[in-house]
Amino acid sequence: MSAFLPMLLVAIVLAPLTAAIIVGCGMRFIPRRAAHVLTILAVALSTALSAWVLWQMVFAGMGSYDINLYDWGSIGNIQFNIGFMIDRLSVLMMTVVSFVSLMVHIYTIGYMAEDPGYKRFFSYISLFTFSMLILVMANNFLLLFIGWELVGLVSYLLIGFWYTRPTAIRAGLKAFIVNRVGDFGFILGIALVLAYSGSLDYSQVFAHASALAGQHLELFSGLVWSVPTVICILLFVGAVGKSAQVPLHVWLPDSMEGPTPISALIHAATMVTAGIFMVARLSPLFELSDTALSMVMIVGAITALFLGLVGIVQNDIKRVIAYSTISQLGYMATALGASAYAAGIFHLMTHAFFKALLFLGSGSVIMAMHHDQDMRNMGGLRKYMPITYFTFLAGSLALIAFPGFAGFFSKDTIIDAVHDSQRTGAVFAYWCVLLGTFVTGLYTFRCVFMTFHGKERFVVEHDAGHDGRKELAPGHLPHAPRESPWVVTVPLILLGIASVVIGWLTIQPLLYGDFFGTSIYVAPGHHVMQKLAEEFHGAGAMMVASVTTPTLWLALAGLGVAWFFYVFKPAWPAVLARWFRPLYLLLLHKFYFDEAYALFVEAGSRALGRMLWIGGDGAVIDGVLVDGSARAVGWFSRILRRGQTGYLYHYAFVMIIGLCVLLGWLLLR
Amino acid sequence: MPAHFPVLSAMLWLPIIGGCVVLLAGRVWPEAVRWLALLFSVVVFAMSIPLWSEFNTHTAAMQFVEQANWIGAFNVHYSLGVDGISMPLILLTNFMTVLVVIAGWEVIHYKLAQYMASFLIMAGLMNGVFAAMDALLFYVLWEGMLIPMFIIIGIWGGPRRIYATLKFFLYTFFGSVLMLVAIIYLYLQAGSFSIAAFQQMPLGMTAQVLIFIAFLVAFGVKVPMWPVHTWLPAAHVEAPTGGSVILAAILLKMGTYGLLRFSLPIAPNASHALMWLMIGLSLVAIIYIGFVSIVQTDMKKLVAYSSVAHMGFCTLGFFIIFLVLARTANQDAAAMGMEGGMVQVISHGFVSGAMFLCIGVMYDRLHTREISAYGGVVNPMPAFAFFFVLFAMANVALPGTSGFVGEWMVILATMHANFWVAFGAAFTLFLAAAFTLWLIKRVLFGPVGNEHVAKMQDLNKREFVVLGLLAVAVIWLGVYPEPLLNVMHASVTNLIHQATISKL
Repeated sequence: MSAFLPMLLVAIVLAPLTAAIIVGCGMRFIPRRAAHVLTILAVALSTALSAWVLWQMVFAGMGSYDINLYDWGSIGNIQFNIGFMIDRLSVLMMTVVSFVSLMVHIYTIGYMAEDPGYKRFFSYISLFTFSMLILVMANNFLLLFIGWELVGLVSYLLIGFWYTRPTAIRAGLKAFIVNRVGDFGFILGIALVLAYSGSLDYSQVFAHASALAGQHLELFSGLVWSVPTVICILLFVGAVGKSAQVPLHVWLPDSMEGPTPISALIHAATMVTAGIFMVARLSPLFELSDTALSMVMIVGAITALFLGLVGIVQNDIKRVIAYSTISQLGYMATALGASAYAAGIFHLMTHAFFKALLFLGSGSVIMAMHHDQDMRNMGGLRKYMPITYFTFLAGSLALIAFPGFAGFFSKDTIIDAVHDSQRTGAVFAYWCVLLGTFVTGLYTFRCVFMTFHGKERFVVEHDAGHDGRKELAPGHLPHAPRESPWVVTVPLILLGIASVVIGWLTIQPLLYGDFFGTSIYVAPGHHVMQKLAEEFHGAGAMMVASVTTPTLWLALAGLGVAWFFYVFKPAWPAVLARWFRPLYLLLLHKFYFDEAYALFVEAGSRALGRMLWIGGDGAVIDGVLVDGSARAVGWFSRILRRGQTGYLYHYAFVMIIGLCVLLGWLLLR
Repeated sequence: MPAHFPVLSAMLWLPIIGGCVVLLAGRVWPEAVRWLALLFSVVVFAMSIPLWSEFNTHTAAMQFVEQANWIGAFNVHYSLGVDGISMPLILLTNFMTVLVVIAGWEVIHYKLAQYMASFLIMAGLMNGVFAAMDALLFYVLWEGMLIPMFIIIGIWGGPRRIYATLKFFLYTFFGSVLMLVAIIYLYLQAGSFSIAAFQQMPLGMTAQVLIFIAFLVAFGVKVPMWPVHTWLPAAHVEAPTGGSVILAAILLKMGTYGLLRFSLPIAPNASHALMWLMIGLSLVAIIYIGFVSIVQTDMKKLVAYSSVAHMGFCTLGFFIIFLVLARTANQDAAAMGMEGGMVQVISHGFVSGAMFLCIGVMYDRLHTREISAYGGVVNPMPAFAFFFVLFAMANVALPGTSGFVGEWMVILATMHANFWVAFGAAFTLFLAAAFTLWLIKRVLFGPVGNEHVAKMQDLNKREFVVLGLLAVAVIWLGVYPEPLLNVMHASVTNLIHQATISKL
């Protein structure tokens, strides 16, 4: 068992990488069919093996497993290894990642069928699967960082997948740079970990975590910080970038320029949750600092509520879901901040299923609408595409935490955990996440109603001929919308089933059983989950009890408001927008984050660069120092040249004067 | 290879002989020029492989040593030898020379034999600089190397090549003169030109500081360090592609090599006393030049400036050791900083060489380096785009590429010393991303920019081979840097020991 486990783990990782390399390098030679068959087989292999390891851990009593594969580089006692740590947490992530990736691979066959970049796309998503797997399987900070950056690379490549679209390539660049701002903090945090604990291996660092607690660091003179606080805040800055928390969330809505399958895979289910995973993975460090956890909780809560508000006024179906993703990531971060890591990871998992479903569903809608994403041109689609509708509805109910659906169990637990938390900022966070449920209900069902219900706002032009021969205006279709092919609907159905059942199937073991065991550490005194465990009497009882909680009624109120304004009185939202114009504009412009960054960061650094270049390099260094010294030499030689007249009598005169002076000096001294 | 084969002499003289043969062939048999140049460069590279494979990684002593009297009256020796610091640089030199010969294959028509000969002679001289154990020999080769570079830029360069060559020559010559004075002073003290003797000799603080500054000017210009860097963009812009590649990949490394071979071990107390100057200049290079790179409109200038920023990591890694040792006494962390700087040296050779080759590929087709003249190059040239993005990612220090290793090690080592220095160094994470990927966005992506871009041909086989070889090197070093680190360990440990022993 343990003899071939390393090979098996390597196979899980290398299968998608190999497929990506073969498809990527052989793009010109291999047929389209081979591209998807190969990558799907590879990811299916990873999924099956991950599921098998999960099974072994849960039912066959396999313990956690820590192995170094090779020595990446070592300097004396500082060793950088490439190795895997397989425990309950990582194996859960591996299974979720590879499963969602498999669904997205299959879906892509249908979604990208007409795209000239078909093979390139499969190569990229397999490469992504590889990167994400090494991120979650890493047993040290180096490999974590490698995976962290590689998923960022693939995200960059996939957002800019349609590289002729200016908006897409701009969004890709923006995503990369904003993430790099987060990584700036992340790498400093990692560097501090090494500096204070002498190792980057999780096992070593965690074993000596308590030794960190007593140490202090003077960042500014007179201002002393505890080392774990500084480390955890810096590491969390990385998570703020990757998991799109305020104020580095700005890249995620723009990332919707990428093809929809990757919005589902990367920008909803997996990569963006890497920050959440990282904090949970490093719980032994975060538990050392209440300050850092408070910060995590407050940032998460702000993100959960305020970015959800933005989702209410967006008209692009994918952007609505993108803001919902940001808001849900905020929920996860809030859970982490309340030391309810298990709840955060639980929500991560349920969210991975239902959000992937919502994105893939929206992709199905977008296909039917001939790649128009504006919900103002949709409406009444439910009768044309019933499978998409019902699965999308299931995903939406899961998202608003409707009792019984997956999101209900995870989100309600988070809200209860925050309610019970004693940490600084917990009261504020509680109100944010509570009001957030209303907002979630509102934007989610606004999207459902605008897309699938109400009047049809698109026009079918039967005489327009078939696709491509005539450019149609947005909202004009060459034929009635149709349901998508089976490669699209099968993943929808599978994910739909998961979105319904995964919550009540797994809440007991994941949250209140001993599933995570030692892979998540909660300090004594931070046990919010223990209190919840005492109140927990099974999934069914939790559903019944929800009737008495404000969360359910707030979510339903959101749903009701959405119905009122978008089905019953569809003309009213425009009126409201006019009445509350400043508020509406504030939300429509997403709190003006983009404008501020464009002005201060983009234009600011360009202006600074130009100033340093033209002023510093040009005027001072070249102008004064280099050319200046050249001019000084020139000036000096021009003066000297005056003496070189070439007239003999000048020289003779100077010689006589010199002789006189010399003689005079000799005589008079 | 026989045990007593003078492999380092071969590294020095064979390319020079090759250069002369190629020159001769240019007169009598012009068709053979390319193949002869390729033959010589490949043979030299092949002969340098045993330097790696037979290298003893357990000792810091010089290996493959050759010794002969040269000028007996002044106790000057022709002595060659390599350690873990210089050996990888010789391999890098010979590898890049092969690529430059291939890269110039169909591109250079004007005085082809002279072009190839210049690069071969240059390679021999550069090998000699890295292998010289005698300061006068070092100095002669160091100065000699300027001549072929001067010719390469002056003859095959762009329209403002005369200004660029003068600037290049005066800048570097200015530094060299000070270095000569320092070497003569050291000779008078030691009675020999042996670098090892210089390193072992006690020296007063004033003398150390003056010598350190004299060397700093010479080497700082080459690295180049801020504020003596402005020759580099000018020289790069005017140099032909091959010239830029050698300039960036090897010539700049002379500066960092000199700091390691001369400044640190000969003037350790001065190095320690002036560490904040060096750390400060390195940070200025990383941050200030990072911002300057963002606003460049000429692709070569952009990469030239980014070179300055990346070389800042080398000097930071070298001089952070004093601060690390002062704060933590952690020898391993200090070694990590220095080795990180050295890995950055090698990696920058690959990456900047590759970036200049990529720009050369585009320049050969459109004859302009202006970013605005391009746009959407990926459409006609997908294979090229793959390589360009790969090397850009290495320039951004993405993990898995060589560019990551050095920056990672330097930042982690720096954190042992001082939070704010590490903070400053980490600016590279988004500055490098901003200037490199913004370049990629404007040049590669988007719809086809104009009809000239639409007509661009994708890579031919020759270009594919050159970029492919570099891609292998970049990824190999990024995925598995341990072999390179292993070669350096003993020498770095010894060097840190030398740099921390007081010579007063």
